[in-house]
Amino acid sequence: MDAILIQILNGLDKGGAYALIALGLTLTFGTLGVVNFAHGALFMLGAFCAVLFNKLLTFSTKVKDESITFFDAYKEQPYLELWFGDLGTTIIDYSVPLSILFAIPVMLLIGVIMERGLIKHFYKREHADQILVTFGLAIVIQEIIRHFFGANPIPMPPPEIVSGSAPLGAMLGLNENLVYPWWRLIYLAFSLLIIGAVFAFLKFTTFGMVVRAGMADRETVELLGINVQKRFTIVFGIATVVAGLAGVMYAPILPPDYHMGMDFLVLSFVVVVVGGMGSLGGAVLAGFMLGLLQSFASMNEVKSILPGIDQIIIYLVAVVILLVRPRGLMGREGVFED
Amino acid sequence: MFKKILASNPLIMLIFSAVVLSAPIWLAPFGANYPDLLQKFAIFGIFAVGYNILFGLTGYLSFGHATFLGIGSYTAVWSFKLLTMNILPAIVLAMIVSGLFAVVIGYLSLRRSGIYFSILTLAFAQMAYSLAYSVLTPITNGETGLQVSQQDPRVLDAMAGIAVTDGIPSTNLFGALIKSQGGYYGFYVAAVLLIIAFYISLKIFRSPFGMKLRAIKSNQTRMKYTGFNTKPYLLTAFVISGMYAGLAGGLLASIDPLAGAERMQWTASGEVVLMTILGGVGTLIGPLLGTTLIKYFENIFSALNDSELHSMFSFMPEGLQNIMVTVVSPFVGEGWHLTLGLVFMIVVIFLPGGIMQGLTHLFNFVKRLVGLGGSNKVIDNMAANDTPNNTLNKHKGEA
Repeated sequence: MDAILIQILNGLDKGGAYALIALGLTLTFGTLGVVNFAHGALFMLGAFCAVLFNKLLTFSTKVKDESITFFDAYKEQPYLELWFGDLGTTIIDYSVPLSILFAIPVMLLIGVIMERGLIKHFYKREHADQILVTFGLAIVIQEIIRHFFGANPIPMPPPEIVSGSAPLGAMLGLNENLVYPWWRLIYLAFSLLIIGAVFAFLKFTTFGMVVRAGMADRETVELLGINVQKRFTIVFGIATVVAGLAGVMYAPILPPDYHMGMDFLVLSFVVVVVGGMGSLGGAVLAGFMLGLLQSFASMNEVKSILPGIDQIIIYLVAVVILLVRPRGLMGREGVFED
Repeated sequence: MFKKILASNPLIMLIFSAVVLSAPIWLAPFGANYPDLLQKFAIFGIFAVGYNILFGLTGYLSFGHATFLGIGSYTAVWSFKLLTMNILPAIVLAMIVSGLFAVVIGYLSLRRSGIYFSILTLAFAQMAYSLAYSVLTPITNGETGLQVSQQDPRVLDAMAGIAVTDGIPSTNLFGALIKSQGGYYGFYVAAVLLIIAFYISLKIFRSPFGMKLRAIKSNQTRMKYTGFNTKPYLLTAFVISGMYAGLAGGLLASIDPLAGAERMQWTASGEVVLMTILGGVGTLIGPLLGTTLIKYFENIFSALNDSELHSMFSFMPEGLQNIMVTVVSPFVGEGWHLTLGLVFMIVVIFLPGGIMQGLTHLFNFVKRLVGLGGSNKVIDNMAANDTPNNTLNKHKGEA
């Protein structure tokens, strides 16, 4: 029972990350019709927003170490601590959640520049060309990050207060020994929040309505005198922000390195395909479903029956879905069903 | 008439063979005539030529071809372990086994087209890669990589009475060691195979089969409506290119009897896509050109470091020199992939036909410049006769 609960949480947690990345990918595809192989790189950029923000906050100077009295010793101390004292220390401690505020404008800017500068020239080109150019872009982004931050993973600690584990068993009246890392629970809640926000935005605002109308029938909306292109560019920016935020919050779970985008890219494409190309609900559903499947497949009981299943379960599901039901779980009939 | 002779198969093959076999001589001024690099040119050339048969002719973008390269390598090393250190059976087996895998993966993947095909091949590649690292460790030896050792059975060698006396045995071709002649022997083996591979590719390009593949690329729906079953042709192309990849993998293992799973990673598949696109997808020579350029510059650029850059720009005044080094250094050494990515993006954006398209543009431009002087007049005079045939010629001259 406990083991299963843990696996469910693990799965939902992983699923949250998959769903967030796949959501952005689907938004791009559904609106602009562009297959973006650089989306994983955007996720990675988000994680490095957290790293950069942390670096900025801990910008240090040398001060005299008062605790050592025998001789003149110096230590590095961040300016923030010098200026604000304890408040500064607290701000640095909360650098990861705070970097969300930093990441939103940065990622939005990157997204809009990328769309206006590159993607817009590829609307009319073949999907293969789109894949190739964004693949090239992903390599470029990745190498730029490596140039500035090095090749090694950079550990990003979560805030002190949530760095431990939540006594889940005690809270739910189950086994006392049942614990789960706080940050992972926060990540799950965060991903649900973002997914909810994106859906609410598309469902309940005029902007969202126009976007949905544009996704369904772009020509008609344009004939009504609405500038669909401008809105789609903003949607691309939003997709970038979603990927970036997924990356920011993932930094304490997986220390960011320049290569993490490529690893998540393939997975998120698989998620999109399983959910159905261009279906937002499908992407979220498939994200959580595949996350759960993967975490159950990595249980020892399952692995002893089918060795290696945990490594390939996601791809296996994707292959079966693609061959049996090419439009995915929730894809609309006729959209990309070839 | 002259053009016809120039484009005939025997002449192309003659020129091609001469160029490939004399590579150690004419590459010497570029500092690229050492065996390691030459072998890479030839082997990845085979890989790219094969990939081009699928992607160039049919337009199906596979992101999983490194899988077949990896399978070829593993098969070859197993052949070295179990049968003989002779590379001939190893290479043949590598092609057969990777061909078999290509039949299965191709049959399933080709049921979809476009981006779905790409993702299916990607999924299969990732599966193969993950399995090679985890469950299949008894076969692949996991992260360490598969190696030959002195204790291996080597049934055929044992029957022939060849015994390994000391250390790790070396690969050979009927007794002649692959690494003899300072490695040039290995290059010539690879070069001969490249020439054969190129000849087959040339034949395919100019056969009705190749024509059908191109027709599928330009409009598959129309092909289907005319009652033409495209699947067997696509599968054949997929399997052929998979076998090319297996051959390349087998050769890699023949030169250095070691196989690791990192050869199968999907970014490795991306590399062959880069090579093919950069040179010119769908052209005969393009993929080879792309391979040679990428491998050559990879070799040069990744070896450069700051002190060498300083000596390169030493003719400049001190300040300017420092600025130049700061500007250039992110793009060399470790940053070589950045340069590659940028060049690749530029090619995809501005020159979708790759270097070959650029050369064609250049050639036409020069022809027009030269043509203004002499040859056009002849055509104009002929056109004055006003026969339909000559009018056609005139238009050709103008175009």
